[in-house]
Order: sequence, then structure tokens, then C-alpha cells
Amino acid sequence: MAKIKYIEHNGKEHIVEVQNGLTVMEGAVQNDIPGIDADCGGSMSCATCHVYVKEDWYNKLPKKEMGEDDMLDQAYEPNSKSRLSCQIMVSDDLDGLTVHMPEKQV
Amino acid sequence: MIKTDVVIIGAGPTGLFCAHQLGIIGLKCEIVDNLDKIGGQCIELYPDKPIYDIPAVPKCTGEELTNNLIEQIKPFKFNFHLNDRVQELTNENDNWIVKTTSGKKFLTPNVVIAGGVGSFEPRKFPTKSAEKFDGTSVLYSIKDKTIFKDKSVVIFGGGDSALDWAIELSNTSKVSLIHRRDEFRGVPASVKKIKELSKKNIIKLFTKYSIKDVKGNGSLEEVEIKSEDGESKILKADYVLGFFGLIMQLGPIAEWGLNLDKKVIPVNTENFETNKKGIFAIGDICTYPGKLKLILSGFHEGALAARGCFKYARPNEKYRFEFTTASNTIKDRLGVK
Repeated sequence: MAKIKYIEHNGKEHIVEVQNGLTVMEGAVQNDIPGIDADCGGSMSCATCHVYVKEDWYNKLPKKEMGEDDMLDQAYEPNSKSRLSCQIMVSDDLDGLTVHMPEKQV
Repeated sequence: MIKTDVVIIGAGPTGLFCAHQLGIIGLKCEIVDNLDKIGGQCIELYPDKPIYDIPAVPKCTGEELTNNLIEQIKPFKFNFHLNDRVQELTNENDNWIVKTTSGKKFLTPNVVIAGGVGSFEPRKFPTKSAEKFDGTSVLYSIKDKTIFKDKSVVIFGGGDSALDWAIELSNTSKVSLIHRRDEFRGVPASVKKIKELSKKNIIKLFTKYSIKDVKGNGSLEEVEIKSEDGESKILKADYVLGFFGLIMQLGPIAEWGLNLDKKVIPVNTENFETNKKGIFAIGDICTYPGKLKLILSGFHEGALAARGCFKYARPNEKYRFEFTTASNTIKDRLGVK
């Protein structure tokens, strides 16, 4: 279980407890947190669950697997701290993680 | 005006199998899709990725699945209208008039929306200023490459479209290629070629940059690019091209007076009809208690929606359930003995 903070582009914060084994994307979708669309449902085939992760946490997360950066190329305003939230698996280690949502996904 | 029993919006697996079921029960249909090819998400997003949960098919790729579905509906000779999008639905007595962006018109008692998450559209630049030049000097696809001759063309993107066009246009235009990171996702041979052309100064390559602004009085003059640490550069540009892949947009479906729950359409589970008589929704775009976004669910939904269509297409006939193994009528329709 990890407490995850989702911050919308307008600054609105949502803090929810997400079960281990779910992804950060699923944590948002299941709790009706706006700002993450996840059109493809988590198969790393779209780029609509894009989030920014600040440096401290970015470096602590498991590294991106092959293909994630390719997908991020197609996201809305990606930067070097971008991740696809469907590729971040929740575990106890992620307790306190904060992710920032972009202005929009599509 | 094309008269038909059913118009299917979306040529993904769900739409294709629904067409099959319509053919089996003796109805005609026309299939419209915004993409230039058949297969929907299967072909656009994951043609090479194996799928493991199609009943009785242990493993197949998106492309194989699509090809098999196309093969399966071949006997019915249905028409596909690709590169076209349904724009407008208007009710006339017991029929729907369906208008597409290319100007085609259909008259039909039934419309089956099998549109997935919406239609695929190119992802555009986030910069507001780019909208003003959209379609004239800011482009997301190329129809006529001769317009770029001897011009300054600034290309954004790191995939095959961006690389291929950068290489191709560098023969006749001054090309700059901008990508947000050092790695490219295009095929290795193209990446190698780009690096060679950059070394020879034929292509100007800027990695770790993204678009900041486009400027011009009347016509486009320059584009400003920025790096993540805030440094910016101005490049002369007659044309700016963006190749960021396709995104899915609900598009005009939102304007047809259907009940929408976020981006999906609630349906009943008896025949997958929406709140509008004669409009059905199946596959990823529909929702109901227990909905699973699986291809197999789309197949089931399509089979039931097809029977729902029968009622309106043949109001004076009674639908008779038959098996493909036993029915001679169905075998005739399939052209088998």
C-alpha cells in the first residue's frame, strides 16, 4: 500500500491509498481522479496517462522499460521527467510518491 | 445517397465481427473508418503485439487478427469507406441520414458505433500560435511534397514519419529536425542516415528541444524552439511539420445527442442500443454494468447488436435464429456448399 499524491495541472491535489500491484494510472482511474485518461487501458499503446515526476522521486522509480520513451514522444508536452503512469507499479517503496498531471492528455 | 440496412462506424475488430454477424443474418452494411486502413487500434497501435485472449486462438498479433476478420467477412462483399469520418446523424422518420466529412450520405434504419475511443487524429503542437497556420504552413501530414521545394522546413518528431520526411525533403529543401531527446524511435537505418546528413550539414539536427512558438505576419516566418533548461533558438521556417503520432479523439460522436458517460456510451445489454432508437454502440466505446474492454466482449456485443438491427431493417419479418453448421440459407450467404 502506498499513499500517492496526484496534482492536477490547476494545482488541485488528490491523495489516495493505492494497493500494491496496481499501477499509478489505475490508482487515479479507480478513484475518479481527473487528468489521466488512459485511453488504451494500460497496454502502453497510447500516451494519455502521462505524468511528470519531480527529480527526487523520478530517480527512485524503477527505470523505464523499452518502448515507454517511444510512447512518451507522442504525449502532450513531454519532458525529461515524464513517465507513463500505467508503467509505474505501486509498492510500499512508493509511499509518498507525488505525480503532476500535464495540462491535458489529448 | 447510399441506402443500406446498417452503417457501422469503425473498422476495428468489433465493427468487423458485427459486419460478419449482419451478413450471416442477411443484412447489408457499409463500414466507415477515419483511418486509411482496416483494423482500428489493432492495426494502428499494436499490429505486431501478440494478443493471448481471443477465444480458441492461443496467440495472434493485431495484424493477424485483422486479416482473419477481413477474410471472414469477404463473402458478404461489404463496402469500406476509409479515410472518412461520420460527421452528422440526422433522424428522418424511421431512418438515419448519415453524413461523412467527404460528403458521402447514407440512408439507414441502423447505425452501429464501434468507434473504440474515438477517431485517430494527429497529435498537434501544444502552442496556441500554431493553430493560426494549421493546414497552410503548419502541417501534420504531407499530401504534396513539391510545395516544400527550396523552402525552409522545420520537422518535429522522432519516429519513422519524421525521419523519412526529413531525409526525403533534404534533397530539395532546407531541413531542420527537432526531437525532444537524443534517441529516435525510427528504424536504425533511418537514424543512421539522419546522423550522416547532420554531420554533412545537410540536415540541421536539434535534439532535446521542443517547440516554443511560431511567428509570422500573415505567412509563417520563424519557429522558436526551447531546451528544457530554458535556452531558446529561432529558426527560419516556411513550413513546420509535426509528426507526433496519432491520438484518439471522440470527435463528432459527442454531438449526436447520445447519453455520454465521460467518453463512453451507456447501452442496454439486450441489444446494445443507446438512448436513441436505431443507434447501437459496441466495443470499447460502450459501457454497462460489468463491461470489460476485451475484444471478445466486442464480438459478443456485435452479435447481439446485429439482431437488434434486424428488427428495424426488416420490420415485417420475424428473426429466426440459425446455426452456421446447419442452415442452408447461411451457407448460401457464405457461398459454401
